[in-house]
Amino acid sequence: MAVVVIEEKCKGCKLCIKACPFDAIDMVGKHAVINEKCTACSQCIAACPFDAIIKTESEQEAADLTEYKDVWVFAEQRAGKLMNVSLELLGEGSKLAAEIGERDVCALLIGDDVDHLIPELYAYGANKVYLISDPLLKNYTTDGYAKVMTDAINEYKPEIVLYGATHIGRDLAPRVAARLNTGLTADCTRLDVSTGRYVEYLNKSTTLNTEGMEADADNKNLKQTRPAFGGNIMATILCPRTRPQMSTVRPGVMSMLDKDETKKGELITVAHKLSAGDIRTEVVEVVKAAKELVSLTDAEIICSGGRGLGDPEGFKLIAELAEAVGGVVGSSRAAVDAGWIDHSHQVGQTGTTVKPKIYFACGISGAIQHLAGMQTSDLIVAINKDEEAPIFEVADYGIVGDLYQVVPAIIKEWNRVRDDHNK
Amino acid sequence: MSLKVIVLAKQVPDTNEVKIDPVKNTLIREGVPSILNHDDANALEEALKIKDSHPDTHITVITMGPPQAKDLLIECLAMGADEGVLVSDRALGGSDTWATSNALAAAVEKVGEFDILFAGRQAIDGDTAQVGPQVAEKLGLPQVTYVREFEIDGKDITVKRALEDGYEVIKLQTPCVLTTIKELNTPRYMSVGGIYDAVKADIPTWGAKELEIDLSTVGLDASPTNVYRSFTPAPKAKGVMIEKDTVEENAEALLALLKEKYIIA
Repeated sequence: MAVVVIEEKCKGCKLCIKACPFDAIDMVGKHAVINEKCTACSQCIAACPFDAIIKTESEQEAADLTEYKDVWVFAEQRAGKLMNVSLELLGEGSKLAAEIGERDVCALLIGDDVDHLIPELYAYGANKVYLISDPLLKNYTTDGYAKVMTDAINEYKPEIVLYGATHIGRDLAPRVAARLNTGLTADCTRLDVSTGRYVEYLNKSTTLNTEGMEADADNKNLKQTRPAFGGNIMATILCPRTRPQMSTVRPGVMSMLDKDETKKGELITVAHKLSAGDIRTEVVEVVKAAKELVSLTDAEIICSGGRGLGDPEGFKLIAELAEAVGGVVGSSRAAVDAGWIDHSHQVGQTGTTVKPKIYFACGISGAIQHLAGMQTSDLIVAINKDEEAPIFEVADYGIVGDLYQVVPAIIKEWNRVRDDHNK
Repeated sequence: MSLKVIVLAKQVPDTNEVKIDPVKNTLIREGVPSILNHDDANALEEALKIKDSHPDTHITVITMGPPQAKDLLIECLAMGADEGVLVSDRALGGSDTWATSNALAAAVEKVGEFDILFAGRQAIDGDTAQVGPQVAEKLGLPQVTYVREFEIDGKDITVKRALEDGYEVIKLQTPCVLTTIKELNTPRYMSVGGIYDAVKADIPTWGAKELEIDLSTVGLDASPTNVYRSFTPAPKAKGVMIEKDTVEENAEALLALLKEKYIIA
């Protein structure tokens, strides 16, 4: 597979060069030529007015993939507690299993003395739980978990494996993918099996021309959509020739099913061949930070500050706003990089993805990497001195002005409205 | 203690500088500089810190990319690395993380035995965080990702690995692969003498032939994943600007709007 320019059709207009995110097109004489930086992202194909750029499909024969079935979710637990993202993935996995048809969504639970988590996995949608239990698996280690997980995948052959894009999921998944020689797509924000649903999404949320895509309706590969190029574009990735298809998914992106404690499932206890010698790292201790965990993903209202605060003291005002409106404090990457606030508050591509009911952006210009993490909020209020700031492009309500005047006025007005209501 | 350290680094476009053309909804990449990926600068800095305390440490930086990625190696040499290797070949173009790690692992093996391999946790253009662990797997070595503190005593390494809500203390032995985050250190600047020497340095380019690599394991066609579609998300319809005369009136108008939407009481 490769992207190529049909020389006879190319008029040398250079529009493709402008469209290319990867600087992968050069002008050679009067024609565009694709160079080795190309990742086949296809932006240039859409940009070319002369249909002079095409993608050639390779003719590699796919191996027999029919023996791979079911959707697996890595049920990540820490100290005997399940991570929320794993429950979210059971919800998403149920949807995907239904789209493929006649498939189970299964949780893979690895640990020591974690049987008490099994009913919770059923309650959130798992039809089956594969349990791998051993004292050697008490703490997460790359070697231990990668070995038992790879062996289980080889034995039971799931078609899809989903991991939370946590510090553990992002350590384990690439190792497993490399050992299985299969693909892995990081930090997905959307997953589809059904081409119909995928096209519906494209039509609704993007400007991509979907003409002719219905012809691809039988394509039951997992369409894994993720931000690419620093969140500046979205790319949908396929893993067509190898199985399982594996993705990590950002916490807070997918939805859990409603908990149903009456649900029952099937437990499969998986034998393993792990020995102490397989594990080459020793976890000496696991330290929980004393600081309070900022639960940005659960917050209904988030009040974020950015470089426009001017100094770290500005976060006191943001905290006052958060207190008044019953929200939590978030921040842009710029404020974190400046050392004004801890990384745990960071919203954006490299921080936390959020979708609260209200998002207050105070003194945040709206770098793309920030927008990528908050633009699906139900309602965005932006306050910024610069009326040209990109944040106003995504804001539902914008106020141009000095946040040190505007924010106190909002706090006052909010309190007044609430007090009126309570009278 | 004479250590051999390998650093994997990547030249990336500074994605924070990229803007979207609001009319055409396309990327504007003109004027976007190419830089040494942030996490990789931390990887190199940690290697240089080892060299600071153990001067007979030898640091080799390996990068994979187009020919102009040589500039990045010059920068790394000017910061204090001993040797740079450019892995570059059209046959490697379009590699996904699986195929990239095959090429990089082959380059590491060609460099020879080493004690520690540092790589940045992830690159800002792809943000996958997959190449470090996948190189470790291909080399059959233990790994620790998200390293925020590092100590070495002979063959024994102790690191702190960052978690979302704290950290783990992990012990392991050389040789190993460690991926680094910005909390680990503050990268140094290039030195003037370093720049002078670096531009004259001999930087070899290794292609598929030099790496003696099976062509069915690298490049676009060998990659298990490929791009199906890519697009720019449609911009949201522009919202309402509140432009009353005073700050108080603006706040009042905002709250009235929020009330209208039943978002607040």
